[in-house]
Amino acid sequence: MARITRDEVLHVARLARLELSDDEVSKFQEQLSDILEAVSKVAELDLADVPPTAHPLAIENAWADDVPRPCLPLDEVFANAPDRDGDYFRTPPA
Amino acid sequence: MSTWEPVIGLEIHVQLKTETKMFCRCRNGFGGEPNTQTCPVCLGFPGALPVPNRRAIEETIKLGLALDCEIAERAVFHRKNYFYPDLPKAYQISQYDEPLCSHGKLAVPTPDGEPVIGITRAHLEEDAAKNIHVAASGRIRGATATLVDFNRGGTPLVEIVTEPDIHDSETAKRFLQLLRQTVVELGLSDAELEKGSMRFDVNVSVRPAGSDELRTRTELKNMNSFNFAAKGIEREIARQIRVYEEGGTVEQETLHFDPAHEESPPMRSKEEAQDYRYFPEPDLVPVHPPEDLVDRFRTEIGELPGARIRRIADTLSFYDADVLVTGGLDRLWSAVVDAGADPKEAANVLANQFVATGTDVSAVDAGELAKLVQARAEIPRAAFDEALAKVGEAGFSADPYLAQKVVADASELDPVIDRIIEANAGQAAQYRGGKHGLLGFFVGQVMKETGGKADPRVVNERVRAKLG
Repeated sequence: MARITRDEVLHVARLARLELSDDEVSKFQEQLSDILEAVSKVAELDLADVPPTAHPLAIENAWADDVPRPCLPLDEVFANAPDRDGDYFRTPPA
Repeated sequence: MSTWEPVIGLEIHVQLKTETKMFCRCRNGFGGEPNTQTCPVCLGFPGALPVPNRRAIEETIKLGLALDCEIAERAVFHRKNYFYPDLPKAYQISQYDEPLCSHGKLAVPTPDGEPVIGITRAHLEEDAAKNIHVAASGRIRGATATLVDFNRGGTPLVEIVTEPDIHDSETAKRFLQLLRQTVVELGLSDAELEKGSMRFDVNVSVRPAGSDELRTRTELKNMNSFNFAAKGIEREIARQIRVYEEGGTVEQETLHFDPAHEESPPMRSKEEAQDYRYFPEPDLVPVHPPEDLVDRFRTEIGELPGARIRRIADTLSFYDADVLVTGGLDRLWSAVVDAGADPKEAANVLANQFVATGTDVSAVDAGELAKLVQARAEIPRAAFDEALAKVGEAGFSADPYLAQKVVADASELDPVIDRIIEANAGQAAQYRGGKHGLLGFFVGQVMKETGGKADPRVVNERVRAKLG
């Protein structure tokens, strides 16, 4: 099983806007590779006739009627917000 | 010199006017104070689980049927991952390779033929929140911050993608108008361009005529009017042709036409652009539209706008039929004609004058409007205009207006005309010297003098006779 490359770690980190130290890059390279390896165990089985499984339960059409319910009060909306500006969330420039 | 064929594909987003959002039951609607229509689901709080809006799914199926799509027996939601402040989960729940509707088509009536535009897909997704980019309070000069209002975040959005089957800007515009009217009639959306409840992107490329290659395309984003889109497409076609004819190559790029309406996802560097890492949304199960429901929707769809344009164009000109149908006026037109109005006259009044009054079509008593249309030539213009402005009012009656008669008697008009010619001897001389454009001036003066009661046709005739 191919290991995750250093560049792949950096690419994924960039997509998630994460800044990683050199040590962290090595650490995640190791950890992500291990995860991939563990999952690739499944590939040892003959799965030619098995459709990809996206959900463990064979159910469908779990939906709700279009009826409004109460929203969250503003103090709860902003309870964990790192930066609030009036009734807006404030973020670094996008 | 070679000739070039434009290749145009469209991607349209329509906001559904459901009561609640796509995956939570927060209210879906304009105008709420910032962040008051939010909950753990649409704010992306950890552990919150999405539950699809049944009505949004049903309406997407209806649209799919109207666009002659195959309705999937199994549709799946995917996560589209990207990082931006308007997307609190850092992914948008969208659809990927198993959309609700696919392989459709829409025939677009035009004055010369009816091109059939393939519909690649119509799928359901959640809208992003609204970002407001602001200048910061001065700590770092030139820095800005982004303020986020999540009221729009998570509201249902249908995305419709066409095949690159369009080859001129006029057809693109007609397609968009027809689609808009279809969506409005199905009751799915207001599809108001100014409000952003219908938005579209256009992909444009050109190729040597007769070839079937697909060359590099550019994307025109954020266009907020159909005419604007048509102009933008023409300009881009001309630009690409120029580039090729000068031996250059067209670069793949996104051209923002209205930066004030910038929408996510934002432009990213090329290597990241397609890296959305789609995967099936594990918090949602597949949708299997019940067959009886789909069948019922199929029977409920009435005569669609395209078919009505075709039918009405048998009676009126194509132009009139197109204006009436895409303006949402044709049903009133039919009712007015059924009530006894002349078809052509009724079309003129509706498309030119009625529309300008902003009257709600459904408020109009077709019988009274028919009376007005038929009496148009016999009542003073001012009375007609006033009546038309009020035709949507409750209890409106055309009778008082019909009682006012236009002055068409030459013996009554001649003295007025004589007076005006006398008072404007200079212009009269110029007219006699060949400057016939001045006719309108004299007619206008007579109309003014008679308080709008004179019959313009008779005035025209008399003025011409007297000056001739």
